Amino acid sequence: MALLERLYTNIYYLVAVVLFVIGFHTMLTHKNLIKKLMALNIMDTAIFLFFVAIGYRQGGQAPILVPGVEKFVNPIPSALILTGIVISVSFTAFALALVVLLYKHYGTLDSDEIIAIRGKKHV
Amino acid sequence: MHDLILEVVNRLLLPFIQLFGMYILFHGHLSPGGGFSGGAVIGASLILYSLTFRFAKVKHRMDHDTSVFFEAAGALIYVGIGFVGLFFGYNYLTNRGVFPLGVPGQLWSSGMILVITLALGAKVSGTILSLFQELLEGGSDEHGTP
Amino acid sequence: MKKVLPVLVLAAIGVLLVLTVAEMPTFGDSYAPAHRGVMDKYLQDSAVDTGAINTIAAIILDYRAYDTLGEATVLFVAVLAVTAALHGGGHHA
Repeated sequence: MALLERLYTNIYYLVAVVLFVIGFHTMLTHKNLIKKLMALNIMDTAIFLFFVAIGYRQGGQAPILVPGVEKFVNPIPSALILTGIVISVSFTAFALALVVLLYKHYGTLDSDEIIAIRGKKHV
Repeated sequence: MHDLILEVVNRLLLPFIQLFGMYILFHGHLSPGGGFSGGAVIGASLILYSLTFRFAKVKHRMDHDTSVFFEAAGALIYVGIGFVGLFFGYNYLTNRGVFPLGVPGQLWSSGMILVITLALGAKVSGTILSLFQELLEGGSDEHGTP
Repeated sequence: MKKVLPVLVLAAIGVLLVLTVAEMPTFGDSYAPAHRGVMDKYLQDSAVDTGAINTIAAIILDYRAYDTLGEATVLFVAVLAVTAALHGGGHHA
């Protein structure tokens, strides 16, 4: 079918979408807090792959201007994603600090148990 | 626990990892890499050192104050380089009229880019090591109160 | 019902995204809309303007150096936030 042909040509974008959905599903269903953080990182990686793959040009080389090369890959999406990677690192570090605080306070890393403990305290 | 294999292999490998990180930093304007990747490699080598040998020994070599000093120094140098452009009458963070540009392709070229790459390398490696030490202490200070 | 609902919602989102991927410009096309604009100027002028042959370093450290300063600030604020979260409160010296 024509749809499968187009999906096979754009296979990098398809892999990025599959990774994003896998990360999203893990974040929604698993109960451990560290697994949720790792799934968040997987979602970030999927977005970076999607964005950088937009900049590819057929027959282009890496954008280092050596003499003798005519066609280069678009350097702009890579330059934009550098900022995104740093923000992802900072966010993961702060989320891990919050997980350390949660463990100290409640004694468990299971999100269902934390909700149950908070529910009993307010009754 | 003393693990002999880990200690010997780390003593052999760590100089090469740091040399590779310095190569990425210094050739930031000639080949793929730059400030963030070079700083990440050097920070990872420092974390490897502090994971293998025990933590008391690390507090002598790479204290918490040292890593915070490198991080703040990197940020201050970045902001300070921008003011050089202001002193000469151009905009903030100008490269072309103010710094010597040199011949493209050599090691000492591209004025402001080389200095900022080194400052960013110090900043990122200090950040990674300082976050690791901070999360390791886990919020209890010297008196033991959480 | 509680176990099936996330899978259903994610399947709907996944189908929407896959249909969007099928409508995107062809991967590797040299005349895609993403390559018109500023790319030619950056590729031709960066060796003369900045003296660096790595185009990405020239973009993030010369043409867009202010954005990289903001990013260094984000890293700094992350360390401050972790320190404040783990040591804050209770220090009445």
